[in-house]
Amino acid sequence: MENVRELLIILISSSLVSNVVLSQFLGLCPFLGVSKKINTAAGMGGAIIFVITLSSAIAGVIYQFVLTPFHMEYLQTIVFILVIAALVQFVEMFLKKFIKPLYQALGVYLPLITTNCAVLGVALTNVQKEYGILAGTVNGFATALGFMIAIVILAGLREKMAYNDIPESFKGMPSVLLTAGLMAIAFCGFSGLL
Amino acid sequence: MKENSALERLYNGIAKENPTFVLMLGMCPTLAVTTSAINGLGMGLTTAVVLTLSNLIISLLRKVIPDKVRIPAFIVIIASFVTIVQLLLEGYLPDLNEALGVYIPLIVVNCIILGRAEAYAYTHGPVSSLFDGIGMGLGFTVALTCIGMVRELLGGGKLFGFKVMPDSFTPIVIFVLAPGAFFVLAMLSALQNFVKIQGEKRGKDMSKIGSGCGHDCLHCMDESCADNRNKAFSEDEDKEETVEAPKEAPKAVENSEKGKKQKKEMTGTEKRTRREEKQKETEADSIELIDLDEEDE
Repeated sequence: MENVRELLIILISSSLVSNVVLSQFLGLCPFLGVSKKINTAAGMGGAIIFVITLSSAIAGVIYQFVLTPFHMEYLQTIVFILVIAALVQFVEMFLKKFIKPLYQALGVYLPLITTNCAVLGVALTNVQKEYGILAGTVNGFATALGFMIAIVILAGLREKMAYNDIPESFKGMPSVLLTAGLMAIAFCGFSGLL
Repeated sequence: MKENSALERLYNGIAKENPTFVLMLGMCPTLAVTTSAINGLGMGLTTAVVLTLSNLIISLLRKVIPDKVRIPAFIVIIASFVTIVQLLLEGYLPDLNEALGVYIPLIVVNCIILGRAEAYAYTHGPVSSLFDGIGMGLGFTVALTCIGMVRELLGGGKLFGFKVMPDSFTPIVIFVLAPGAFFVLAMLSALQNFVKIQGEKRGKDMSKIGSGCGHDCLHCMDESCADNRNKAFSEDEDKEETVEAPKEAPKAVENSEKGKKQKKEMTGTEKRTRREEKQKETEADSIELIDLDEEDE
């Protein structure tokens, strides 16, 4: 019971309270770049959830069963980045061969995630906070869920903003960043949740 | 100034192609660690050290690293230096290490470093690559320190930890919190847009501003690259659909061989585009091969 409660707290705190983009600034590039339409934003969010959950589970296994027994914890950065890069490639190949519909939905976004800092960030945070494999996987899923919530909301706002009359200098990136800032203020409200 | 000389590289990195103010690269650390000027300075210098060393080593190894595996090779080299720097910080500057936290190991995925490796160090000699790294690193440091100073001044009335504003000044606390980072960056990028628009009105070439992708359109999220990327993707898909008849495969190989022969005649400045084309061709070839395999089964 205690375990479930702990996992629930991780789930809420990682997805809402310390949102990965809006308070930790990880994964900003896809957040700003692929948020023009709700559909593509949701696709990107789905791909990120898939990759981060999988990679945090595998990184947890590798850390616990390979790096710790051999006292090579200091190699975590190198090992994690290589594992993630290989994993994304492998997932792409696997989906292409065996699960065509999923590949058609997520395929375009997968290559863009390889060097996404959110993926590596989650793996490193899991080690830093000393989460086990299960807690780490839940944390990965929750973080990615938070990313999806944020990017879908931003895409919805941008679809509306496209029709607005914005000063020329503020067109494009600046107006998106201002919107993200306002969203970040709104997400600060979640800090009273836990 | 002579091109690729040490001074020109330093000037290029700090002013002409400043990674933050002009190219808009590496935004994650820029937003995350600039809550104070000291943190910005620390992060900037740490990145500069990694960038300089990785540029030097990649440039020295550029003839040894095969084209096809260069990205993984770059990442391993960069990750090694990040680990070294992280251990040094842990040992000698534990406070800074604590303040920057997870963003130190995340230097590995900073697009500035991989971008410079790809765009400069892999095609230029060690000395100019070294100075390119120093210049870009210093440019990044200057930018982070400036943003950190603005946020610290507005959000806490301090500069480098010393109180500079009069007591009557009420700090705008939001500037040191997460939303403030977005607002500062929004202003910065609006200013950049303004300069770009003014410059274009006067007929100057402003294409460099804000095109922060290190010419890697596949992985770049910048809007100016989005079209290129979509094109690349749709081309790939077209090829997959059309190249189903096995007869076409040998033709493609012939073409690419011809292309390679032609490209051998090109000079150093065209090396980059040449490599991109070659990569595209090899990708196309491999797709064809996969398709053929599937048909055999």
